[in-house]
Amino acid sequence: MSETHAQTVGFTRNDMLPPLPPPVTERGAIKWLRENLFSTPLNIALTLFGIAVIYLLLQSALPWWLNSVWNAESLSQCREIVAANAGPDASGACWAMIRERWHQFLFGFYPPEEWWRPVLAFGLLFAALAPVLYSGQKRSLTILLCGVLAYLVLTLYLAGASGVVFALALLLVLGMLGLAQVQPGKLLWFTLLYPALTFWLLWGGSIWSPIVAMAGFAVLYGVFRLASPLIGLAPAAGAGVVAAVLWWLYIDVPVVEMLQSALPFSIPAIASDQFGGFLLAIVIGVTGISFSLPIGILLALGRQSDMLIVKWLSVGFIEFIRGVPLITLLFTASLLLQYFLPPGTNFDIILRVIILVTLFAAAYLAEVIRGGLAALPSGQYEAADALGLDYWRAQRLIILPQALKISIPAIVSTFIGLFKDTTLVAFVGLMDPLKGVTQIVRADIDWKGIYWEPYIFVGAIFFLICFGMSRYSMYLERKLKTDHR
Amino acid sequence: MKKSVFFGALAATTLVAGLAGAATLDDIKARGELLCGSNTGLTGFGAPDASGNWAGFDVDLCRAVAAAVLGDANKVKFVPTTGETRFTALQSGEVDLLVRNSTWTSSRDSELALDFVAVNYYDGQGFMVKKDLGVSSAKELDGATVCIQTGTTTELNLADFFKQNNISYQPVTVADDSEAQRQYLAGACDAYTTDASGLAASRATMPDAENHIILPEIISKEPLGPVVRHGDNNWGDIVRWTYYALLIAEEKGVTSANVEEVLASTTDEEVKRLLGASGEMGAKFGLDNDAFKRAIAAVGNYGEIFSRNIGEGTTINLARGLNALWTQGGLQYAPPFR
Repeated sequence: MSETHAQTVGFTRNDMLPPLPPPVTERGAIKWLRENLFSTPLNIALTLFGIAVIYLLLQSALPWWLNSVWNAESLSQCREIVAANAGPDASGACWAMIRERWHQFLFGFYPPEEWWRPVLAFGLLFAALAPVLYSGQKRSLTILLCGVLAYLVLTLYLAGASGVVFALALLLVLGMLGLAQVQPGKLLWFTLLYPALTFWLLWGGSIWSPIVAMAGFAVLYGVFRLASPLIGLAPAAGAGVVAAVLWWLYIDVPVVEMLQSALPFSIPAIASDQFGGFLLAIVIGVTGISFSLPIGILLALGRQSDMLIVKWLSVGFIEFIRGVPLITLLFTASLLLQYFLPPGTNFDIILRVIILVTLFAAAYLAEVIRGGLAALPSGQYEAADALGLDYWRAQRLIILPQALKISIPAIVSTFIGLFKDTTLVAFVGLMDPLKGVTQIVRADIDWKGIYWEPYIFVGAIFFLICFGMSRYSMYLERKLKTDHR
Repeated sequence: MKKSVFFGALAATTLVAGLAGAATLDDIKARGELLCGSNTGLTGFGAPDASGNWAGFDVDLCRAVAAAVLGDANKVKFVPTTGETRFTALQSGEVDLLVRNSTWTSSRDSELALDFVAVNYYDGQGFMVKKDLGVSSAKELDGATVCIQTGTTTELNLADFFKQNNISYQPVTVADDSEAQRQYLAGACDAYTTDASGLAASRATMPDAENHIILPEIISKEPLGPVVRHGDNNWGDIVRWTYYALLIAEEKGVTSANVEEVLASTTDEEVKRLLGASGEMGAKFGLDNDAFKRAIAAVGNYGEIFSRNIGEGTTINLARGLNALWTQGGLQYAPPFR
């Protein structure tokens, strides 16, 4: 018995003690709070200040949001409902205005029975962008096209499109879906045809006018191909352009009239003054964006060119356009051009605005892309030369892919800026969503005096679109990232 | 030298624009549509409604002209113009006629080469204040903050008025009417000044209209009227006399409802001439003889247009005031139709 000794037969623990939880100040929410919000006296003060600011903001704005009214005939009725629900001094948002006038914010005065046309064009816009945005990626393409399909089914149904339209649109997108599985590269053909299709959908009229206008490009290409073995590349391109311009100036109209009388097929024509709201903003924005990029690239290359005339023309154009405010260009489009065109010319105001907005964005893009070109080490240019590539091949295969990749954030910033700048067309009397439509709504005695609601509604839609563009650019940067930083 | 070249070019283009408009009536008839420059949206005077149909006091005058010239009050295309683009749109021929609450001033008549052919609304600049400010006259506004739209003639009028009365004020500049209303209601300014018709419309839509008063002083003359280009007098005459026809119709009690009845039964020679029953009055303008009858039938007489859009009984609730007929103490006076 006495042999058992405390020191010889020690207590041996066979299993680990369960770990104690860390002290209460070192775990969970409290730890997070201590580390992030209350770590130092300065941070404590800033946190309390921040909380106070948020409280004050919520205190003043939250009741306004919570007392929102969705069903009313006029602003005064809204006020009555708010007063009845929340007391005489309460304030409340009057979204009933959006409920009654949303269509003017989206479509302007586009006739309601034709709403399916902009709706369809908007859906197909994504179908046309898909092969550009996700070139060759079958999975992304399929997802996007399925999204377009779902969107079209829903919106065309809501817009009350006829059965034929419904069937044709679905057949088109389904066909593209099928093609995406087999030969995704071929989808680019749709992207090329999309501008003509959309022009026809939005403005209406005879189906032959966009077809014959597109045939002008075929003429250009045909002349170029036939002439290039005979007179060389550059003169052949010039001859092609001349032939195409002649086609558009002299042959286009009679051919359209002939075809229209032989095989009449048209949809109701919609005049430009019916366009408004986001329809107008998106038409100007998308056209401006898609045409300003190629023009901007050419201008940037032109500015770096060794050919004196090309260089000075590019420099002059870029510096002039960048040196003038956009508003000035818009006034030029709206007012000055009318003086110089022959009397009676009806040069569509939206077209005039699109052209000048495109040129404006192109000048900015040219400088952005020049920054990308300048960032490339000269070894890249020399390597292209050493491979024996000619100028255009070197640019296409080596220089531009790298330069454009570097410039993506700045290019997308320019695009976002351009899209938001479309609201400036209000100054030339076009119905942009922010000022134009809002002013019309406020001119109605029922809604006069409404202030924040239209701005919030339009701002939210702008945010969605611009946020989308910004997220896509970040995705693109990640996808194209080839360095190992 | 450069300057003279520039002015020469300007004169040439103005001339070209003038020539282009030399036969406005023929252009409109060929086009089958009247191009009427209108406001981008002004309560009661001209704005499109929820379904895109234009309505308002100025809009009805355009419709009357279309009815007289083309026989259909709906054959009008309304071209929205802003304060900056309105006169250029008219000069360059983008619109045939501008009816857009534009004030008739001498420089607009001379320098801008425009013709104001009539005054369809006599307006003037007024003040709105909160009742509890205890002010009953604009002359008591010494030291007040005043909300004022920038870049307008009202800004200059305001400065003149306070200078003449030797009192001081603090301007709070705002961009447009809705912002002014917002600032005024939020208490950023004691008084809001703009055209009296605009004040009335703003006041009518305020949540507590009874707490605001419009002061009696009108500190400026703002004769608003239809405008045409210099150089086509016949077209100016047509617009002017279409407007006068509406005035005469009110004076003689001819309305859109009873115009046929009056035509059948009247013994008044002037009414007969007006409605095309005697004389060749329309033909002298290059129109049909019943052109003015069509205008009256389409939109009603001046009094009807006024009471339908802005008059007493509508939410805006403007009194006729200066715009009453001369027989009732107002300024609206049409020369004899003969």
